Amino acid sequence: MSRPFTPKVVTANALLEGDVVYLTAEDRWTRHHHEAELIEDEAHAQMRLLFASARKAEVVGAYLADAKTGAHGPEPIHFREAFRTRGPSNYRHGKQELAAR
Amino acid sequence: MYRYSDFDEAFVRTRVAQFSQQVARRIDGSLTEDEFRPLRLMNGLYLQLHAYMLRVAIPYGTLSSRQMRQLALIAERWDKGYGHFTTRQNIQFNWPKLPDVPAILSALADVEMHAIQTSGNCVRNVTADHFAGAAADEIEDPRPVAELLRQWSTDHPEFQFLPRKFKIAITGSPNDRAVTKAHDIGLRMVRNAAGDAGFEVIVGGGLGRTPMVGRVVRDFLPKADLLPYVEAILSVYNELGRRDNKYKARIKILVHETGLEDLRAIIEERFHETRAEFGGADQTLLAAIEAAFAPPAFRTAPTDAFDAFYAADPVFRSWADTNLARHRRDGYAIVTISLKAHGATPGDATAEQMRVMADLAERYGHDELRISHEQNVILPHVHKSDLPAVHAALAQAGLATANVGLISDIIACPGMDYCALATARSIPVAQEIATRFDALKLEHDIGPMKLKISGCINACGHHHVGHIGILGLDRAGVENYQITLGGDGTETATIGEKTGPGFAYDEIVPAIERLVSAYLAIRAEPSETFLDTYRRLGAGPFKAALYPTEGKRDAA
Repeated sequence: MSRPFTPKVVTANALLEGDVVYLTAEDRWTRHHHEAELIEDEAHAQMRLLFASARKAEVVGAYLADAKTGAHGPEPIHFREAFRTRGPSNYRHGKQELAAR
Repeated sequence: MYRYSDFDEAFVRTRVAQFSQQVARRIDGSLTEDEFRPLRLMNGLYLQLHAYMLRVAIPYGTLSSRQMRQLALIAERWDKGYGHFTTRQNIQFNWPKLPDVPAILSALADVEMHAIQTSGNCVRNVTADHFAGAAADEIEDPRPVAELLRQWSTDHPEFQFLPRKFKIAITGSPNDRAVTKAHDIGLRMVRNAAGDAGFEVIVGGGLGRTPMVGRVVRDFLPKADLLPYVEAILSVYNELGRRDNKYKARIKILVHETGLEDLRAIIEERFHETRAEFGGADQTLLAAIEAAFAPPAFRTAPTDAFDAFYAADPVFRSWADTNLARHRRDGYAIVTISLKAHGATPGDATAEQMRVMADLAERYGHDELRISHEQNVILPHVHKSDLPAVHAALAQAGLATANVGLISDIIACPGMDYCALATARSIPVAQEIATRFDALKLEHDIGPMKLKISGCINACGHHHVGHIGILGLDRAGVENYQITLGGDGTETATIGEKTGPGFAYDEIVPAIERLVSAYLAIRAEPSETFLDTYRRLGAGPFKAALYPTEGKRDAA
């Protein structure tokens, strides 16, 4: 039996600012992890990654990151992805800076 | 200081113009990322975890006050008001936006700076002893040669696509402050039997996943032969270095696999050709460069003010004892400004702090600043009578931390707070260690200590050559920190040894504390440094302190 598929989100960095973005089910880029499309099917994940990678004028370096269902939408699993949802830990810069405003 | 020639100026301006066009074409969609990426990397622009990062070269770590002020302006206008000084004497801006980068590069060109060759498989920023031109133990200022190497390596047509990146470090002193033995090429100035200055050439050092101490490929190279010899090494490496495996592509692997003797013979053979080709033009150029590095107009003045302050003010005395180094000129001192305030990010300076340091350099320091690979800023030439005023100004700017060379003077790479390659965070670990030992009021008692932290195996934080090294890894989705002991980055370079299993994020600071407590308990006398104690007793007592439960289990 094949291993169960870990759900994914499509993530990348915005071309102009480099800020972390996620692909939504509506084909929009969001800055918030919980608004991302949680992809539970491997074949669909590959399709969504291809779609994201083709949007070359908007984002850089699209890839699939493991995620899980949370109270307000998808949540990251790996600590690296958790950091990407916030920003650095030494200053309140990046996404946490915007969230604090 | 060296000033750009018309050629330098035109070259840098042309590159800015080219890159501006490339950025515009990327934004309008005519260039894909695959096409654009090598172009941006050639100009020091990375894409990191949360944003772009621009790495700006500070050749041989030397800055004027005007240049430092421009870095402050860039930090304020296009970034978040600070910059990060790195272990390769570069400065990194962590938050530039792609459309702004051409303007930043243009602002750098205005003060004779650039970000060229701060990435890619080429000769990177040539680093030098940060006390160059000032150190009491120096044979000669190595920076003219470093500048010659910069000019020669910049856009060198033969060496733009080397098997891998290539790092050169140079020192003019027997006491190696430039970690020359951990570079692809290390150049240590020495004198031969006749008393002439030349270089000991070290090749194949490096840290990263395969740490190696460099080997001496030439005991004595006359100064005049330096460029053809370095070109011979590069040429041999370019031809024979491995291109099949990124992890085996550095020259250290070539030295290891070919053997030093055989490689030396190949280099000497190639050198025979390159020396004939050079024809002396490099020496004409070097003579002009040397004139630009003439020592400043040192003054002779009484140092009574220094002596009086030193006797009267314990805070000043503590700072003077840790942060000053001996200058080659009587009456002068070398000031190291610590960018390691307890709890702050190692190597970071705000725009305001940069301006304070620039002002002090201009007013009291013959207009010179240096960046050290240990992520501090140096005022290389300060008359002792001015030190009380310098210290007072630094204190007001939060820059008077008296901890240079102590346990809180930590090297830390950006780690997973910024870097896309990192496997764990480094900065918060450094912050917590510094804060903890400050709270314990132990660091002056502990004495000389090099603690270095890298957030991945690439070892930008030089952990292999730390007396205590910390390497952050990802172990099954959790941050884990491995400790190495006994490393040394000086002329007695040694790679530290792993102690055993790593520690979780919340266990690493207590583990370091146990390690240091063990040292304090077992050192022969207060003057025996951590490194000396380790060398005398080996890893045993330190491992026992790190892994106490294991010791019990073994005993049972």
